[in-house]
Amino acid sequence: MTGSDLLLELDGVSMQYGRGETAITALAGVDLSVRRGELVAVMGASGSGKSTLLTVAGGLTPPTSGEVIVEGHWLSQLSARELATLRRRSLGFVFQDFNLIPSLTALENVSLPLELDGWTSKKAHRPALDALNVVELGDRANHFPSDLSGGQQQRVAIARAVVGGRSLILADEPTGALDSTTGELVLRMLRSRVDAGAGGILVTHDARHAAWADRIVFLRDGRIVDESRASAVSSLLSGLPA
Amino acid sequence: MSVRQSLLAILNQGPCYGYQLRAEFDRRTGSTWPLNVGQIYNTLDRLERDGLVQKADIDADGQNYVEITTAGRAEVAEWLGSPVVRTMATRDELAIKLAIAVTLPGVDIAQVIQVQRTQAMRTLQELTRTKNATADPESSEQLAWLLVIDLLIFAAEAEARWLDHSEHRLARARSAGLAEPLPLNTAVPKRGRPAKTVQASA
Repeated sequence: MTGSDLLLELDGVSMQYGRGETAITALAGVDLSVRRGELVAVMGASGSGKSTLLTVAGGLTPPTSGEVIVEGHWLSQLSARELATLRRRSLGFVFQDFNLIPSLTALENVSLPLELDGWTSKKAHRPALDALNVVELGDRANHFPSDLSGGQQQRVAIARAVVGGRSLILADEPTGALDSTTGELVLRMLRSRVDAGAGGILVTHDARHAAWADRIVFLRDGRIVDESRASAVSSLLSGLPA
Repeated sequence: MSVRQSLLAILNQGPCYGYQLRAEFDRRTGSTWPLNVGQIYNTLDRLERDGLVQKADIDADGQNYVEITTAGRAEVAEWLGSPVVRTMATRDELAIKLAIAVTLPGVDIAQVIQVQRTQAMRTLQELTRTKNATADPESSEQLAWLLVIDLLIFAAEAEARWLDHSEHRLARARSAGLAEPLPLNTAVPKRGRPAKTVQASA
């Protein structure tokens, strides 16, 4: 592994809300890294700091102390403008409620991050269509979100998160609003994007969905208390039928 | 035991010999619970004793075929048509461990739960990874294997959820001042069976 494989590094990240006696510690000295090709799940009870971790990792909120490093850039050293550019070019967010813009088609939703970055819509449509094809929705490119099922909307959101070569996907309960089978399909897509060279953090309370990750970290009271790492070869089963 | 009925159900498709039955059982269950050939022959002996199978032809290679009887077919239909009832007969080591741990002084029960949760999640990850190696089933054999994997996945998930639930229950009990260690009972328990109590008539 080389240094360039490192997409995200949290180094001693702490986050406090409020001051003095009423201060609440949401994160307390969290160290976490995500490499290319790696999906890291974050699990923990409500209030354990999962969502705060994602917000800080995505540069949406600066930590009280510690450093967040995205693709080699120290977020604390970037201007607001540079930070916004980095977020647009390197990070893709996937939310529980999809967050698609209802008045835009699937293709326009996926193109949007590129257009915000100065691409013409004509130029942005090609990579956007590629991204939709990857999540097997190329034939729905001109549909509006209201014409798509929940699972299809979430797949559009994944396409939007990875369009234009953005490599770090930050997903907050992406399967929370989906039924079990559709949720699994969405995770399979997320997994395949990571296997194709992206990296990601998956915040979830669902054990079966967290199991799609290479590593699972457990948060309690803002601290990582344990980690589960899948071994390369399963010792549990003799394998696929021929 | 399901081995008996499973072999009988396979024989319902046509006569088989011992090694063949073992291979058929394995490929239909993803080799998740491999059987040794001794188990196969013991089971066949009992099935024959009970009149559910009978000896059939011996082929040119000297393989002794066994075929199902009418009574055997009826048993297969009965098996497929009735539910599997899971019993509480087997002690659940994890439930016992947590139940005991919660009554002991000086045990970090949250840590006991976390250690187990990490193990459950690792199992779940390995199963998911194995399952992810195949997409949609292309054969009945793969479909059967996926059903078995799914069951193991849901079982591991259930354990993880039970651990989460137990953790919350303990936290609530603690904040209510409960969940105190249980001191040893110094009253010597009487030997033998407990004395019968006379039930009040209704």
